[in-house]
Amino acid sequence: MTTAVDYNDLVALLQKQFGKGFTPATDYVEMPAALIAQVAEYMKNTLRFDFFDMVTAVDYSDHFEIVYRLQSIQNNSLASFKIKCSKNTSVPSLANLWLGANFQEREIYDLFGIEFTGHPNLKRIVLWDGFEGHPLCKDFKGKVYDTAN
Amino acid sequence: MEIESISSAEIEHRESDGIEVLRIASQHPIPDPDDWLDENIKRNVIFTTVDAALNWARKTSLWPVTAFTACCTFEFIGASSSRFDIARFGMEVLRASPRQADLLVCAGTLTWKMAPQIKRLYDQMAEPKWTIAMGACAISGGIFHDSYSVVPGYNHIVPIDVYIPGCPPRPETLLAGIEKLRRKIEKESISKPR
Repeated sequence: MTTAVDYNDLVALLQKQFGKGFTPATDYVEMPAALIAQVAEYMKNTLRFDFFDMVTAVDYSDHFEIVYRLQSIQNNSLASFKIKCSKNTSVPSLANLWLGANFQEREIYDLFGIEFTGHPNLKRIVLWDGFEGHPLCKDFKGKVYDTAN
Repeated sequence: MEIESISSAEIEHRESDGIEVLRIASQHPIPDPDDWLDENIKRNVIFTTVDAALNWARKTSLWPVTAFTACCTFEFIGASSSRFDIARFGMEVLRASPRQADLLVCAGTLTWKMAPQIKRLYDQMAEPKWTIAMGACAISGGIFHDSYSVVPGYNHIVPIDVYIPGCPPRPETLLAGIEKLRRKIEKESISKPR
């Protein structure tokens, strides 16, 4: 069975490499948003996390949280990361490291409006061009059709 | 078990006995069971109206187009398989091309992104054509009626003949709805185009 890495060991490793700012939790590592591109590359090329499991986002009204989950098929292990970003900043795209990130980052862009810099094809994926707003945001008020009649 | 051994002459003898018994009992022809029909019908002539003949043909050979959007589809699949057997109504031929179909079963949630394709399929079907809205989502959008991405009822996209409530409707309910549509087709007339 695929087991999670020991997050205390992982944080110690990452702190040696990238400095302070990593906080271990029971099942994820909280880390600064600015370091995500470098950490992702380190996870892929050095620690052999060769499979991009998923990325998703959470809207906490005053900020977004982005959750990454990586898997290593070679070592049969997985690791999760969380970064916080404010509403109007963009996040580096990981689509050039793992192809699997491509569609999922587009979905987050579509439903939350978070921009991923360096993404090869950042456009809406489930909604159509011209849709107004990002419907999974807490402040989304739009309704396409009024059924009151 | 002991096998009776009989000679070939005995076999011949038994056969001829059987034939003789049947021949003696069958000296007169069996009366024609269609004796009660009148002369015209015996010559395969029946009198009816064009409407009645057309409507009979149309209502007994509704061919649905294979276009289903969500989970109500599975109740349709249930209805079309042997347990509920939609073939009883001449409907088992699901057409892969809208050109050959005359019934659109609107089964399941319709999103705005899928709506143009359903509209296109409906437009491509040849007249006469009918539609059934199957289930809560097809009738009104159901629990998704105020969603940003769901069409609140197929009747915003295509005209609907029969609404079948349920979430999802059971196959019996679907068959009852189809029966309602057949009653409706029965009353149509070529002098009053739809």
